[in-house]
Amino acid sequence: MPPVRLIARLDIKGPNVIKGIHLEGLRIVGKPAEMARSYYEQGIDEIIYMDTVASLYGRNNILSVVEEAARDIFVPMTVGGGIRTTDDVVKALRSGADKVAINTAAVHRPEFIREAAEMFGSQCVVLSVEAKRRGPGHWEALTDNGREKTDVDVLKWVAEAEQLGAGEILITSVDMEGTRKGFDAELIRSVRERVRVPVIASGGAGSAAHVIDLARERTSDAIACASILHYGTAPISALKAELAAAGVEVRS
Amino acid sequence: MRHVGARFEITSDPQRVASAKKIVLPGVGAFGDCMANLKDRGLAEPVKEAARSGVPLLGICVGCQILFDNGEEFGQQAGLGLIPGAVRRLPDPLAGGDNTIRIPNVGWRPLSIATSHPLFSCVTEGTMMYFVHSFAPVPMRAGDISATIEVNGIQAVVAVQNGSIHGVQFHPEKSGPAGLALLRRFVELN
Repeated sequence: MPPVRLIARLDIKGPNVIKGIHLEGLRIVGKPAEMARSYYEQGIDEIIYMDTVASLYGRNNILSVVEEAARDIFVPMTVGGGIRTTDDVVKALRSGADKVAINTAAVHRPEFIREAAEMFGSQCVVLSVEAKRRGPGHWEALTDNGREKTDVDVLKWVAEAEQLGAGEILITSVDMEGTRKGFDAELIRSVRERVRVPVIASGGAGSAAHVIDLARERTSDAIACASILHYGTAPISALKAELAAAGVEVRS
Repeated sequence: MRHVGARFEITSDPQRVASAKKIVLPGVGAFGDCMANLKDRGLAEPVKEAARSGVPLLGICVGCQILFDNGEEFGQQAGLGLIPGAVRRLPDPLAGGDNTIRIPNVGWRPLSIATSHPLFSCVTEGTMMYFVHSFAPVPMRAGDISATIEVNGIQAVVAVQNGSIHGVQFHPEKSGPAGLALLRRFVELN
């Protein structure tokens, strides 16, 4: 079985990494560069930096974080949040990002995916989807960091985005994110059935067991974790050891 | 490069290429675009000449693919012709198989090492490197194969070597300490 990628997801607000706690608000958990470096040294496979308030602070903030991180972090890095134009993509890549995650801009103008993919290659373009459950087997894509509704059906949207050139799908369950109660496994499975590109699962991990359960379903090529890493619930080496013991192949 | 202690410069000047002691040829994107860019900037010939005269060369990702005679991405495209062989698309996932890998092949894969060349002296069997590709080299000579990975039932070639010409399909600069060690070995090669 190909190894599952473990990704650290850092939600960034201004100078801090924050973590949204379901129904409670935001908590500051640390400084981006320090945390990223620490995760790298502990063996994380990839890092995603999400700028949660790109419009308020301007883009330079997160780009300088990425630039600093790129100096001594040698695993793939993805930047998302406020990527609206191919110029934004250029700036992100020049700062040291390997991929960009696009959500809002792509929903408003799907052609943006094609433009980015043609200019930089599909491998650089990750479609980020914030999925809100609306009924059995049905999810709506939200934009603006989960603040805006769209009436866009997630399962149709991911298939369309793949056609346009998205190289990976980062699928986040809005319902489970920050709850630490586990992933929306049905969401991940449903997305995987609709596309042939790699799927990154995000939102809900509260324990190593959640990650193991999801990994064993073999519906995710990569699993993004935030809380369990930021709060030390499941440090990377322990998490990887438990995954390996459960028969899930990981990079050691 | 800085991290592994190399004295380096990033250049698209044919003269700098011609006087280099070692060359790294990175590449992201498509085979055809990469070759077109090299030719447009007058770099294809200096790279070939340097490589043929024994200047150590390391091609990375598409930079590894263009070392070959040709590639089939978006139609037949001619490469640098430094290593005999072609570049072919990876096979699609097998239905119902356990080891199915979606294409593009994105993520960490364990290497099977087929060489005792110093470049791989720090890479033990099973070491994982980071890949993101849909195509892989198919060298004509088995002796040019340095490492393979399993992809959907085949052994895909992911590292090659012909004399002082080296190529790696994976991204050593994104493969953590293991990748850095390989880059360091390249920098240290005589």
